[in-house]
Formats: sequence, C-alpha cells, structure tokens
Amino acid sequence: MELEKPLLDENKRRIDGRAVDELRPIRIEAGVLKRADGSAYLEWGENKVLAAVYGPREAHPRHRQDPAKALVQCRYNMAAFSVSDRKRPGPDRRSVEISKVISDAFSFVVFKEQFPRTSVDVFIEILQAEAGTRCAGLTAAAVALADAGIPMRDLVVSCATGKADGELILDPGKEEDNLGQADLPVAVVPRTEDIVLMQMDGHFTPEEFRKALRMSIDACKVIYEIQKDALRTKYAVTTEEPVEVQETIDTQIKEE
Amino acid sequence: MVEETVKRELVVPGDLLDAPGLKPGVGTFSEGGKIYAAMLGIRTERAGYINIVPLGGRYIPRPGDAVIGKIVDIGPSHWLLEINSPYPAPLHTNEVPWRVEYGDTARYLDVEDVCLIKVLSVDETKRVQLTMKEHGLRKLSGGQIVEISHSKVPRVIGKKGSMISLIKGFTKCRMFVGQNGRIWIDGEVDDIINAIQAIKKIEDEAQVLGLTESVASMLEEIYGPSRVE
Repeated sequence: MELEKPLLDENKRRIDGRAVDELRPIRIEAGVLKRADGSAYLEWGENKVLAAVYGPREAHPRHRQDPAKALVQCRYNMAAFSVSDRKRPGPDRRSVEISKVISDAFSFVVFKEQFPRTSVDVFIEILQAEAGTRCAGLTAAAVALADAGIPMRDLVVSCATGKADGELILDPGKEEDNLGQADLPVAVVPRTEDIVLMQMDGHFTPEEFRKALRMSIDACKVIYEIQKDALRTKYAVTTEEPVEVQETIDTQIKEE
Repeated sequence: MVEETVKRELVVPGDLLDAPGLKPGVGTFSEGGKIYAAMLGIRTERAGYINIVPLGGRYIPRPGDAVIGKIVDIGPSHWLLEINSPYPAPLHTNEVPWRVEYGDTARYLDVEDVCLIKVLSVDETKRVQLTMKEHGLRKLSGGQIVEISHSKVPRVIGKKGSMISLIKGFTKCRMFVGQNGRIWIDGEVDDIINAIQAIKKIEDEAQVLGLTESVASMLEEIYGPSRVE
C-alpha cells in the first residue's frame, strides 16, 4: 500500500490534521449495560468499544479457582463488522494474545485477595476498529471495572505512540499504524506510573523509545481524567447520606 | 450508633483521600503513608476511620447479615443455598430449629425453597456458614421476591426504617428486605404490584434527595392519604 501524500506535511501536520502530540477525540460513557455488573462504552477517534464486567463470581471450571485470590480473566473480541474486510469471527492468535496481556494488566491493580476462589470476567468487544483497539479496549474496560465496584489500586489507562516519517507521533491513526515505522502501546497506572502493559512493533532508537514512552504516559494522564469524568457523570447526583442498616434489619425480623 | 459526617464526596479508585489523623477503613488502602480510595463510592468518616460506601458491586456476605437465600442443593446433613453472592453458602442441620435425622434433610427444606437466614460466619477464605436458629428466621412461603442491587438496600429501608414502614403502611404487605438485595413481599396481588413499583422507583432514583416524600406521594396517589399511619 502506497499513500499519495506523506504521513506528515511540511508543517508537521498529520494526514488527519492533528499535531504530532495530539490525541484523537475520546468519549467515554460508564454503566451503559443493565445486565452486566459494570460496563462502559468508549469512542476513540473511529474506534468504538463496548466493555462489560461480571463478578466477582464463582470461578469455573472449579480447578482454576485459587483459594487465596480471585482470577482476572479478559476476553478481547473484534466484531466481524469492525473492519472493512469482514473479520472471521472467533478467537485468533492476535485476540488471544491481547486478551492475555490485558488480563495481566488488570491483575496488577485489582485487589484479588479480597475475593478468594472467584473470577472477575472482563469482556471487550471492538465494534469498530481504527488502530489502537487494544488501548481503547483496555481504557474502556478500566471504567467498566470501576463501574462494577471492583476494588482496585487505580484505574488503568492506555495509549500508544508511533513513528512515521522518522517523527514520533502520539496515538497513531489507521494509515500511520499501517505505514509507520513503529508502534508502542503502553498501559500505565497513572498515579504511580507503573507500566502494566508494553508492546513494541517496529524499530525505535533508544532515545526515541524513551521519548515515546514519556509521550504515552503523559497522554495516559490526560485520558485518565476523561475516565474519571465518565464515572463522576454517571454517579453525579449521589447526595444523601448512607444509613446504618444492621439495626433496622434486625428489628424487621422481630416485627415479623 | 455514631453520627456520620455530612461531607459527601464521590470518589473513584485511586483517588487520594485527604484524611489527617484518620485510619484507612473499608474500601480504602494505604500506600506510602497516604490513603487512597479502592473503589467507586461515597467517602464517609466515622470513629476515626475513613470508609468508602460502595455504589455497586456484588454482595459479599458478612457475619450477622440477614439474607434471603434459595436452596440449590441438598446433602445428607446440609442444604446449599444461593444467596446472591459469589460464594455458595451451606446451612448445616445443626443450624436449623428442627431435629433432623442424617439423610432426612429433604423432608424439612427442599430444592427451590426460599429461606430467611442469617450469615453465621465467614472465614478468611470466604467460606460461609448460615444459621436459621435465631428467632424470626424461617422458610418463606407464599409472596414474591424482587431483587435489587445490594448497595441500594439502605435506601429501601430508609433512616430508622422510615421508607420500608411507609411502603408497609400503604400496601399492608408483609415485607422483608435481605441484605443481599432480595426483598420478599406478601399480600394482596394489587398491593404487591404497588410495593414492587415503589421499590423499583427507589432503586432507579436512589441518589435523589427527598426520596421518601416522592415515594409517599406516589403511594398516596394510588391509595389516597387515608392509609398513612
């Protein structure tokens, strides 16, 4: 595939008009599904992602249960209609790998020891893809986990940095991903800057790598605020005080 | 009961809780001498601890909780109950008010029966034990069960049981709210429907201020003001 115009023009503007350190527009909505314990819908550029969380619930099969802590299981799946050529449905090498790295990322933040013998199941459905779906999926799933009331050290945020025409570009779009020279998706715990996911495709020089990592982490902190806003908007009007119920429940029994 | 402070603040996981002199309580964790929120919820302070009251999540049994459970399996000396939590909960024959012969469990409680029970103990690996030996605990027959999120149980009960007695007063239904979010209602069919409607309203509008008043006016529209006690 050859592109008629270069990925960066003379003013270092990208083909979709973004600056090199500019993110695509991101919108997140928490709690969109009724049946799941927690859920989130995310639009990131042309990416559309739905994430649902179930649990903690009894882990199946039983021999996979851990008597000391919960399992965090994730399934990343691309819808058949998410890409322009129909994607053959079902797990493939790529989605099995992404599922694995995302579950490992969440395993780091979830307080698993609070729920022994259970599993927390995260489902990520890519409805429409435009480069960076693993970052988008992970970012959406973090909001869904919080919406499900799962105790966590922090939300997890993810963002990629790429290289096109020898220049580092934040959050590569479709053409930049396909024709660029490198791609570095990173997921971090924003508060501590712990890296919980990092994969690299292509070649960076050591300096470029360090700079790309920094760009990704800084962008993650911006997205982190969008995640928190999504949760705050959903639960905005909670004002009344919580009440102590134990006594009332006991009097209920006596009345009966 | 210690009065809770009035400050209401919504927190999300990872939020720093500015709490000079307070200890980390439920739903929080400390790292490097600072306290952070571990889950989505409302920040509260009481008795020197900072706690997060969760806004969602699954029901995790605690000792002393009164819950409504459904029997899913029977053993020769125990029943296994489903109590809307991630953990199956056995009820041993020693913990029922009857003298049950070994292997004779099905004569007393059968699969699909629904019981009002208490959580006797929960150990560190979250193994649950139930009891039916306390006064008032029994098999529930007749009526209907509605399920809500366990985090909204306090709203359905209201301050000092104001909400639940309001609904009971209007509908003349017998009701019981379990801490696992299951509510048992028994009465006339129309009254049950109205009570369920009121509960659904509470669940949908759990965050709204002055909820007791709006539920009262909703029930007044149906029954007229005369039924207020």
